[in-house]
Amino acid sequence: MRVFEFLSTHRSEFAALVTQHLFLVAISTIVAVSLGVPLGILAARRPRLGAPVVWLVNAAQTIPSLAMFGFLLPLPLIGGLGARLAITVLIVYALLPIVRTTVAGIKSVDPALVEAGMALGMTPRQLLRQVQLPLALPSIVAGVRVAAVIGVGTATIAAAVGAGGLGEYIFRGLSMVDPTVILAGAIPAGLLALALDGGLTLAERAVRGALAGRRKSSGWVTIAAIGALAAGVAWAFIGGTRSQTVVRVGSKNFTEQIILGELLAQTIEARTPLRVDRRLNLGGTFIADRALRSGDIDVYVEYTGTAHTAIFKQPADTDRERVLLDVRTRYAAEGITVLEPLGFENTFAILVRGEDARRLNLRTIDDAAPHTPNWQGGFGYEFLQREDGYPGLARKYNLKFRAPPRAMDLSLIYRALAEKQVDLIAGDATSGLIEAYDLFMLEDNRRYFPPYDAVPVARTTALAAHPAFAEAIRSLAGRISVAEMRRMNHAVDAQRRDPAQIVREFLSR
Amino acid sequence: MSVLRGLDLAVEPGETLALVGRSGAGKSTILKAINRLLIPDSGEVIVRGRPTASWDPFELRRSIGYVLQEVGLFPHLTVSDNIAIVPRLLGWDEGKIASRVEELLRLVDLPAGEYAARRPHELSGGQRQRVGVARALAADPPILLMDEPFGALDPVTRAELHREFRRIQSAVRKTILIVTHDMAEAMALATRIGVLADGVLVALDAPAAIARSDDARVRAMLEPLVEATAALRGDSPTDRGTQP
Repeated sequence: MRVFEFLSTHRSEFAALVTQHLFLVAISTIVAVSLGVPLGILAARRPRLGAPVVWLVNAAQTIPSLAMFGFLLPLPLIGGLGARLAITVLIVYALLPIVRTTVAGIKSVDPALVEAGMALGMTPRQLLRQVQLPLALPSIVAGVRVAAVIGVGTATIAAAVGAGGLGEYIFRGLSMVDPTVILAGAIPAGLLALALDGGLTLAERAVRGALAGRRKSSGWVTIAAIGALAAGVAWAFIGGTRSQTVVRVGSKNFTEQIILGELLAQTIEARTPLRVDRRLNLGGTFIADRALRSGDIDVYVEYTGTAHTAIFKQPADTDRERVLLDVRTRYAAEGITVLEPLGFENTFAILVRGEDARRLNLRTIDDAAPHTPNWQGGFGYEFLQREDGYPGLARKYNLKFRAPPRAMDLSLIYRALAEKQVDLIAGDATSGLIEAYDLFMLEDNRRYFPPYDAVPVARTTALAAHPAFAEAIRSLAGRISVAEMRRMNHAVDAQRRDPAQIVREFLSR
Repeated sequence: MSVLRGLDLAVEPGETLALVGRSGAGKSTILKAINRLLIPDSGEVIVRGRPTASWDPFELRRSIGYVLQEVGLFPHLTVSDNIAIVPRLLGWDEGKIASRVEELLRLVDLPAGEYAARRPHELSGGQRQRVGVARALAADPPILLMDEPFGALDPVTRAELHREFRRIQSAVRKTILIVTHDMAEAMALATRIGVLADGVLVALDAPAAIARSDDARVRAMLEPLVEATAALRGDSPTDRGTQP
């Protein structure tokens, strides 16, 4: 019954997801019917034209749904993340059962009746409308039923492309490794499928009954499923606020984020009477952001540049204050408050060996630029390729290496610098290896890289409900220098120490 | 492969002509050629003075009543909607259609109040046949084609419908072409009988003359009748060969 608890704390979100889910299935089924029935009619009446159509629809069905999302993602018009792509995929899957049952329905009409229609002087069109289609209708409705049930299942995958629906709980549950959340998506999806199946079975029987002139009673399972679902949705819609004495702290799925999540959690525990529910290691930016918006977590640490470009899809901007302000405004409009930056920035770091920096008195990238003709550069594959990576950097600072820079794997790049295989690299500003190898981070004095200030982002309602919670988070403003962050990352990554213990040590100083 | 060969047949206005032959003798093919469901490979079929090839096929078919072998009532339509099909195809107004349906149901002895709203499966075989006849007569076509119209019925119902048919025919006076494998049915209904064997018309005459024919192919079709008559007289089947 943990699922029930989960749903009861997520009522309004649950209602929205069920609505989205139904919307996806309904729209796609309607479109598939309006495409599939004419295609089926064509296929039944003009086999030479219709056979390839049926073949194509069949072939499309064999593509695994995730792969189908992948194929269609880059296409213009239908591609891209969101409901449009999901609906397109759902339509493709719904077509087969509808086309097939339309063909079968028309072909199964008694030839004697077709002949009767012709003998009475019906044109082919009248024959279709007055005889063949009405008699094929039960079969077509059966196809729609199958299509809708398949649709409910396939629509759970729509969450992967950001179209929402109950799949969102399933994916969130998978990334949180939390069976309760998975079930919170899976059980209602199952009920939805049962209810639709049952409802459309009744419709099918009613149509058959009307044709045969008799009424048929209904199935209990159907009524139960529809009832359960209706009750659930009604309860979700009626339900409103939840009493909250728990704060949920989230994080993305890499070391630094887990440390920061732990940091928020321990700070709240130390400074407020609230209980903290740790939901660390959620997944990537997308999942953490979704979790925050849905109220699945109340707070996590985001980076200004990431929020600016990845979440709000704004063009990269290198002005630190402007980005912070922009992100703050955009979040605020969605009920999320950006708190004070923690003090460090997780940006790209242009690194040289500490000894070179001291010997040559290097502080900024500009200081290093004149030495590059004597140096070898080393960069990650992606950084080397991307226009906003090395090519732009080289132009901005007039970097001219003695040979084309070497492409290397990110995990090896720090060591390659320390061992003098290369002389300048682009790394991660908060990497623990920077201290470990005595590397020096050159200042991006011309502001080539966007700012990536670490900022706690929290649900405004949660902050308002618990002023002490807001206070606790604010106490962390500016507390963590980039050197501290590197040290903590290093302690966890290289020394295999417990993040919670590292954070306790940090806070007790 | 030809089904019909050298067939030259004129159906006179107002007569009831029955074509009798075994299954596969080409009887249904003749009916289909008349309403242009088939076009003959050679020769022509003339309906009301015009070759069928020059008719608009839909117009032609709507002007010919057709009672099908398996009745062919549409299961999704009520009795009255089944009867109203051709009038609706012809665009009659609904008031006229309603009164016509009622008139026809009276003609075939199915009171509209009780039967108009029923579905075909709620009728007996004989009642379905009556609806089939009413449907064929709906737009008052001058010509009526009947394909084994009462073949699927039990003998008692069939005899009853034969009486009904004669009554209806005396009321409507159509030009009727019936095909059947049952010589007794032909004798009961027709004013003239043709016998088809292997796609050839081997006899064409009044029922009394057909009954006296000594053509072996005609006698083969008469055989069941002779047997039944003999049985009624009390003769044993083994004595049959010694009959004078």
